[in-house]
Amino acid sequence: MSQLDANPPYFHPAYLITKKRAPREPLVQLPRGWFHDLAGPTFGHLAVKPTDNDLTIQHDGPPQGQRIVLSGRVLDSDGRGVPNTLVEIWQANSAGRYVDRADPGFMPLDPNFTGAGRCMTDHQGNYRFTTIRPAAYAGPKGTMFRPAHIHFSLFGRTLSERLITQCYFDGDPLIEHDPIIEAVPDPKGRRRLVARFDGESTPLTSGGETSALSYNWDIVLRGRSATPTL
Amino acid sequence: MSTQQSPSQTIGPMYGYALYAKGMNRSTEPGEPGAVLIRGAVLDGEGEPVAHPDALVEVWYGDQFTRARTDAFGVWHVRVRKPEAGLELPDGTGLAPYLHATVWARGLMKQAETRIYFPDEAAANAVDPVLARVPESRRHTLVAVPEDDGGLRFDIRLQGGDETVFFDF
Repeated sequence: MSQLDANPPYFHPAYLITKKRAPREPLVQLPRGWFHDLAGPTFGHLAVKPTDNDLTIQHDGPPQGQRIVLSGRVLDSDGRGVPNTLVEIWQANSAGRYVDRADPGFMPLDPNFTGAGRCMTDHQGNYRFTTIRPAAYAGPKGTMFRPAHIHFSLFGRTLSERLITQCYFDGDPLIEHDPIIEAVPDPKGRRRLVARFDGESTPLTSGGETSALSYNWDIVLRGRSATPTL
Repeated sequence: MSTQQSPSQTIGPMYGYALYAKGMNRSTEPGEPGAVLIRGAVLDGEGEPVAHPDALVEVWYGDQFTRARTDAFGVWHVRVRKPEAGLELPDGTGLAPYLHATVWARGLMKQAETRIYFPDEAAANAVDPVLARVPESRRHTLVAVPEDDGGLRFDIRLQGGDETVFFDF
């Protein structure tokens, strides 16, 4: 069975725009020994500074919204950590507005929040971002209301590990109504996209201006299946 | 024991300020050895452009990694070095020079991965083991077209009668 099977199909009619954009021809299958484990791209353009993983310190003051620490591990499909790999994120602010000019602009910008970050995983595959919880937001008329989410882009080590996905938040009632999440066929896969509140790491009683709610979210890349693929 | 994989989700239309910065669409400069300008449109099943801000194209090979966004007409361009001859599969089978191209777009639930082949490599393309796995009637979608200015044209049709070949690696 192809490791691609955890992914949603290209064509998912409830996400209307897939009707015109989903490739319809079957993918041309190549033998796994050819390119599956080919080293992925290197990215000299994308220098990472140590503070790039804190989205709350990019401006003169703190951003509006609920401060969170979102952390976890990047794993391969055998459950081993993927060290030293680039993680890029982007998100709306606490009102549901993106800085990007493509945003329809219903909601206000926050002068203290851009909503883009990056980091490299450590030697065990751990990543960590300090940010604010984005709001759910409505798209342009005729589209959809999205649950709160943070976009993630990951390179992994090989061609087959490259992934762009979205992180959702446990307890968000919009998750079960979202056509983009619904497109994932396996309920276990849908749950994999939801970050859990981490009560043990959240200093609920400590307070202080830098206190943040902790969320945990592991990301499992497609590469290196433990079972042989034919 | 396999661990549940994280499924792909669409890149959406708002990635630009995070994933793209000026200059990321070139890995070389005009006049450098092997430098070639590759441009093309990303088109949907009705032949309409997948215009700004909806599509990101990543073109890479080896140490070259470029990102390009489509413009108002759905056109992207990169300036890259053509890979040198002599590429091989792990078993030593020769490969024609190619560039890997990945399309991300609003409305694409996961990436669409293709390969850009070179029109001046007809002999190598004719015996390339990857192209040999593609139905002959569709192979032309993988070979860039020369343009008058010396550049190459590589349109990506996500859907429709002349749909670009996409691969599962």
